Amino acid sequence: MKNFRITPSLAVILVLVVLVSIAALRYDGFLGVYNVQSVLRYNSMFALVALGMCFVIMTGGIDLSVGSVAAMCSVVSALLSSYGLFQGLAGGVAAGILAGLINGVLITKLKILPFIATLATMLAASGTGLLLAGNQSVSVSYDTYFTNLGQGDLLSFMRPEWVDAEGVGFVGSLIGFILSFPTPAWIAILAYIVGGVVINHTSFGRHVLAVGGGTEASRLMGLPVNRTIFLVYVISGGLAGLAGVILASQFGAGQPIEGIGWELFAIASVVVGGTLLSGGKGSVAGTLAGALLLGVIFTILNFENGMGWISLSAYWQSVIRGLFLLVVVILQSRLASKDPIGSPKASV
Amino acid sequence: MSAIDKSFGSVSALSAAHLEIMPAEVMALVGQNGAGKSTMIKILNGAFRLDRGSIQFDGKPWSAGSPQQAQRAGVSTIFQEINLIAYRNVAENIYLGRELKRFAGLLDWEKMNQGARALLARFSIDLDVTRPLGEYSTAIQQMVAIARAVSFDAKLVIMDEPTSSLDEAEVAVLLNTIRQLRSEGVAVVFVSHKLDELYAVCDRVTVMRDGRTVAVSKMADMSKLQLVAAMLGRDLADVRASGATAFGEGEKAIGEELLVAKSIAVGRRVSDASFDVRKGEIVGLAGLLGSGRTETARAIFAADPKSKGDVRFAGKATNFKSPADAIAAGLGYCSEDRKVQGIVPDMSVADNLTLALLPTLTKMGMIDEAQQRKIVLQFIKDVDIKCSGPGQKIRELSGGNQQKVLLARWLCMDPKLLILDEPTRGIDVGAKGEIQSLIQQFADKGLGVLMISSELEEIVEGADRVFVLRDGQVVAELEHSGISEQAVMRAMAHGASKDAEFIEVPRG
Amino acid sequence: MVDYSPLLRRYGVFIALVLLILFNFAVTPHFATMQTLSVNLTQVCTIVIVGVGMTLVIATGGIDLSVGALMAIAGAMSPMFFTGELFPVPNIYVGIALGIVFPIIIASFFGLFNGWLINRFSIQPIIATLVLFIAGRGIAQVSTNGDLQVFKVPEFQAIAIGRVLGVPFQVWIMVVVVIIAAFVLRRTVFGRQVLAVGGNEEAARLSGVPVKRVKLIVYAVSGFCSGIAGLIVIAMNSAADANLIGLGMELDAIAAVAVGGTLLTGGRATILGTLLGALIIQLVRYTLLANGVPDAAALVVKAGLIILAVWLQRQEHA
Repeated sequence: MKNFRITPSLAVILVLVVLVSIAALRYDGFLGVYNVQSVLRYNSMFALVALGMCFVIMTGGIDLSVGSVAAMCSVVSALLSSYGLFQGLAGGVAAGILAGLINGVLITKLKILPFIATLATMLAASGTGLLLAGNQSVSVSYDTYFTNLGQGDLLSFMRPEWVDAEGVGFVGSLIGFILSFPTPAWIAILAYIVGGVVINHTSFGRHVLAVGGGTEASRLMGLPVNRTIFLVYVISGGLAGLAGVILASQFGAGQPIEGIGWELFAIASVVVGGTLLSGGKGSVAGTLAGALLLGVIFTILNFENGMGWISLSAYWQSVIRGLFLLVVVILQSRLASKDPIGSPKASV
Repeated sequence: MSAIDKSFGSVSALSAAHLEIMPAEVMALVGQNGAGKSTMIKILNGAFRLDRGSIQFDGKPWSAGSPQQAQRAGVSTIFQEINLIAYRNVAENIYLGRELKRFAGLLDWEKMNQGARALLARFSIDLDVTRPLGEYSTAIQQMVAIARAVSFDAKLVIMDEPTSSLDEAEVAVLLNTIRQLRSEGVAVVFVSHKLDELYAVCDRVTVMRDGRTVAVSKMADMSKLQLVAAMLGRDLADVRASGATAFGEGEKAIGEELLVAKSIAVGRRVSDASFDVRKGEIVGLAGLLGSGRTETARAIFAADPKSKGDVRFAGKATNFKSPADAIAAGLGYCSEDRKVQGIVPDMSVADNLTLALLPTLTKMGMIDEAQQRKIVLQFIKDVDIKCSGPGQKIRELSGGNQQKVLLARWLCMDPKLLILDEPTRGIDVGAKGEIQSLIQQFADKGLGVLMISSELEEIVEGADRVFVLRDGQVVAELEHSGISEQAVMRAMAHGASKDAEFIEVPRG
Repeated sequence: MVDYSPLLRRYGVFIALVLLILFNFAVTPHFATMQTLSVNLTQVCTIVIVGVGMTLVIATGGIDLSVGALMAIAGAMSPMFFTGELFPVPNIYVGIALGIVFPIIIASFFGLFNGWLINRFSIQPIIATLVLFIAGRGIAQVSTNGDLQVFKVPEFQAIAIGRVLGVPFQVWIMVVVVIIAAFVLRRTVFGRQVLAVGGNEEAARLSGVPVKRVKLIVYAVSGFCSGIAGLIVIAMNSAADANLIGLGMELDAIAAVAVGGTLLTGGRATILGTLLGALIIQLVRYTLLANGVPDAAALVVKAGLIILAVWLQRQEHA
């Protein structure tokens, strides 16, 4: 393959694979059903938010509102959960889309910097969530199927008994492994597949990258710049809403004060995944790898503590995540300075 | 287009301008900066709306609401700076906005790649269309832009200074491309400041001045001098007599050695540049675009690191690490791009003018505002900056006055050497003359000046000595009567060893 | 017709604050009391102090997301010094001195680190400071094991709740910080250089402005201010909780800066504006609360305020 090059996104995927492989060899049960389920169940929410963020960042924007929008949507869906699974889901996602619409209007119509517009929406969404919830968490209804969304395991009924037996071989274990994914993971996987197809195989996706690569040039080429920017915020809001619905469903309650710092976690995932923060170049798969990588670090820490060699408090995870981000951005800046296109000195 | 009016607020950009282009014709559109060419183009391609007048295209009334609509209807525009997306690949850049699709709205990459390849083959370009556009040279990117325009089945292609960042060979390819377009029945509006290109490829010329169309003629029926006269709005005799610049004539005593640069190399652009400037001397640094003039100047000023070479300044070997070092030693540098590298738009005239001087204007760490004001008022008067006062924001000033503030920024430092990169680019004729005589005036007082200019006459009339750069090397040094447009152009075009130059160049 | 817009531009924030105060005199019960003043001022102190550092950072065209985390670091470390936990101190005053000086120095150093990252690797400020936003609070939590440190050291707590001339000491700190910063920004070479860097970095560099040093200093100052604010918070609560100190402070500070009229893209800044911006946000919240509107709704109003301020800024700048 003459065009094969190691891109930053590919590098992150490789790192993830290596890290997981090492962990699987080192810790018993790392790839066991229980651990896989809990890691994926929890991180699916982050992955969804990161996907939306990835779209936004590809246009050169930023969406700081995703965390509190997710929290607000978890309240909305919890309040609607007694009407049924679909109502809860639709209501939560719709609330997220509404927040995205507001972001889109502020940014494309009022021409307010994305950073500040979404900061305001963040505050407003958090306030709205608290108002709707009456300052406390809102229990979801257990009479409907609503909780299945977050707590269920979509395909586990297909999981044959034999995969847990000894000596089923690699393929057998892999089938069992995949079939044991929890419902939120399937939702995230579906979202990422759709997201990947949209970015790589639709006009809209290419316009997203074009706008990020050069807004004025895109305008002159006749691309619908404002509509594209508008839509990415709607997508980001919708995905944050979806994450919020899963949050409510998974924890059995709408959580108006959850979601603090999610936006920054999502930004970190996107950047670690090899997407340029200035837009124009990026990868959906890399973002997923980035999100999983940041999530897996925490799990590895737990297992490492369990081994008894070291004892690190849970607080180390944020330090390690921060260090991780540090290493990645430094590497990225090194790569960028060698990249003839991305180098700021290229214009000289 | 006929009788087009366009005003911005109270400023009238176009009044009763007209432009007529035949199918399969290359029309030159020329004029000074501010003559209304850009406005005309933007009305034609839908970026602006006209206030009055009418446009007919292909026999029907024409009104495009956006560049997009214009493109669909057969009018494509290629701008000075390449308006494509460097990160995206070549095929995408051709198809963005009207991607080819398969079922369910999914993109048909294969077909787009093939289409792009076939399209580029028409212009004899063969490249990997799946690589990011930014990996290719400016000329290739320009070609891709043209290919994109053509692929819209354009009947009219407008090119706004497409050659400004191309080298000679690339220009030749571009001109061939234009001829190719013409043979396919496409009409072209070609905007350029380089007269030779116009004569090489255009059939007719439309000259604009002050928002009006002042002349339309067959290219062959209009001499260069007539063309320049029409652009400047002067009588032919006038142009002949006075020359086009305000630099003084005559020779003067040249002082001692000030700057000696030896074998400077910068990245890939400059490989071997040696030159020197003496006190009170204006030294021209000539060369085509891309010959490494700006890179050389920036390296001397330590704005960019040089990879090789020695610089002696005021008798001492120096190795400046940053512009601050260079400034401390007595250098100043007016960059070529005022807006991006010169002015701080939100700051006042006073703060812009004293930006470099400020650290010396302090009393116990505080700015001595009385002193600052005194200096600023002095320079506003001396340099004749037209502003409402020292407190006015610099972004509210005209280009010429902004440039004067930037010159004053250095002059108030009382520098030994001033490097001027295109000091009069994009400035109206009046201010241009003032700036030129200002440079002369300060040089007469002992300031050394290293001046880069794309305008031959500025170099020829202004400089006491000229160094010519070609492909990153100084290929000629011209002195006194050896400086002539032909000599400079010859060195730019062919290069010449320094020894040979003195023998070959015709005197006078 | 007289054009009032330059006047509005210059004094808009101030006028809004005065109107707000007048409105409160008319509507809010018990508004004109010393206690109201005291409550509002103490709640706004830390925001203003952090906002001052943020204003300088934003004036250079940057942003500092790490301020809350740096507050946590300073706040969590301080008790270790004056309680003698880290090493025995000869007497409480030495302990307090160390407990004030060291955490502020540490926070400044972390600020310096932000600036170094931005300079050395040309990383966008939002990402460079995101590193410490994520890791900084972790560092604070790790160093205290996440435990709440309760203390009763009135001599230390004086920096927040002690009174001079009837005004809480932290308000004095705030006033001093604001005056110094406003003076530096307006009257010193450094101030002009900050604005020049934010207004046009390349032009500033080519004019000999030490761009990197200017950036390094503003991030260090931002860390310094965060350190002070962190100490005030723990002194007020007589407890240090690494999980909570300065949580969300970056947003409050940015909001105050935005409402105050500093250009978020850099190049134009007002310290006094940031003070007024913080006061407006606080007073709006107080007005709503005092009139029975829930705190959560105040968040929504704050969001509206930010948008309004930035939108107005755009209108005049366009």
